[in-house]
Amino acid sequence: MPNRSKVPTPPAAAPGPGREAAGDARQEWLGVLARARNADLQMLWRDLPDKPSWTRLRGPESGLIMLRGRLGGDGRPFNLGEMSVTRCSVRLGCGRVGHGYVGRQDAWQAEVAAVLDGLLQEAASHQAAVAGIIGPLRRIEQDRRERASRQAAATRAEFFTVARGEA
Amino acid sequence: MAMPGIADAKLAPGFADPGRDSQRVFRAALAAMAEPGRIATLDLRLQPTPPLGLAQSALALTLLDFEVALWLDGPVAPAADYLRFHTGVRLAARPEDADYCLIAGPLPPLSSFKAGSEEEPEAGATLIVAVAGLLGDGPWRLKGPGLPHEGRLGVGGLPADFAAQWAQNQRAFPRGIDLFLCAGSRLVGLPRTLTIEG
Repeated sequence: MPNRSKVPTPPAAAPGPGREAAGDARQEWLGVLARARNADLQMLWRDLPDKPSWTRLRGPESGLIMLRGRLGGDGRPFNLGEMSVTRCSVRLGCGRVGHGYVGRQDAWQAEVAAVLDGLLQEAASHQAAVAGIIGPLRRIEQDRRERASRQAAATRAEFFTVARGEA
Repeated sequence: MAMPGIADAKLAPGFADPGRDSQRVFRAALAAMAEPGRIATLDLRLQPTPPLGLAQSALALTLLDFEVALWLDGPVAPAADYLRFHTGVRLAARPEDADYCLIAGPLPPLSSFKAGSEEEPEAGATLIVAVAGLLGDGPWRLKGPGLPHEGRLGVGGLPADFAAQWAQNQRAFPRGIDLFLCAGSRLVGLPRTLTIEG
């Protein structure tokens, strides 16, 4: 499997009305929005021109979801633990519905993520939203990851096993 | 978390304040069952989603969750996506498998719904039925728990043999089904303990 966490895959085709075909790209931008830091998104959102009007369909609301994992030889699922999730669904003025999920208690970010999901699905506003929000967020995320990798690499300790003389 | 197969186009907002609004509606539902035949009017900021009326929408949003199964009759079937989105409810293919039933067309025979068992009478279905009209001073004479005096009620749009079906439902006690009758923003509760004459 390609390591998608390190090199974010750009949207394959221009998404828009063909929603189902754009499933992978949508998954990717929803992931970027979910992982983004609140301060980064605030800054980019403030600078985004042409913000749409929207109505809330559900939420933003916070709750707990149960994470399940698989372990052992037979891979049976077990309950790993609960995590906080905030979700929101909105309908934009153009009628497009967007959904946003954030893995913590953050009503603002869930709502803005839902609005951006709607904008990104709409062919007319897709490019502007990628250029203004998703692209910069991807770069910030990658920078952060590389910095952490460099710090880890600088402190790497190499262990050599000295061959013991057996005879 | 994802709900496959929900068409975005049909989604409408639910309660404006889900916590408080559902508590108020739950309180109204409780009062309706405790005082059978008393007509309550819901005062809510809720956009009813056609084909559901306001009281039907409000009861459905309040009572349904992912642990129960819902059956929708033909006229209210378009509300399926709306209810699944807001409540996470499961849909039942047949009325006899459902814990809750939303009905806006002609009422099917009461015997076609789940009545629970002697050991688990609480498993009986709750029906949320849209009727043509509710009248506080109608031909029905109501008796039973919750009514210190005889109550009166008139309901438009139920089958002609409803009283006979209801008597049957009552004879099966503690098994049986419970009814909410809704007309616009008004609702009335008919618990299985209620005796209807006339």
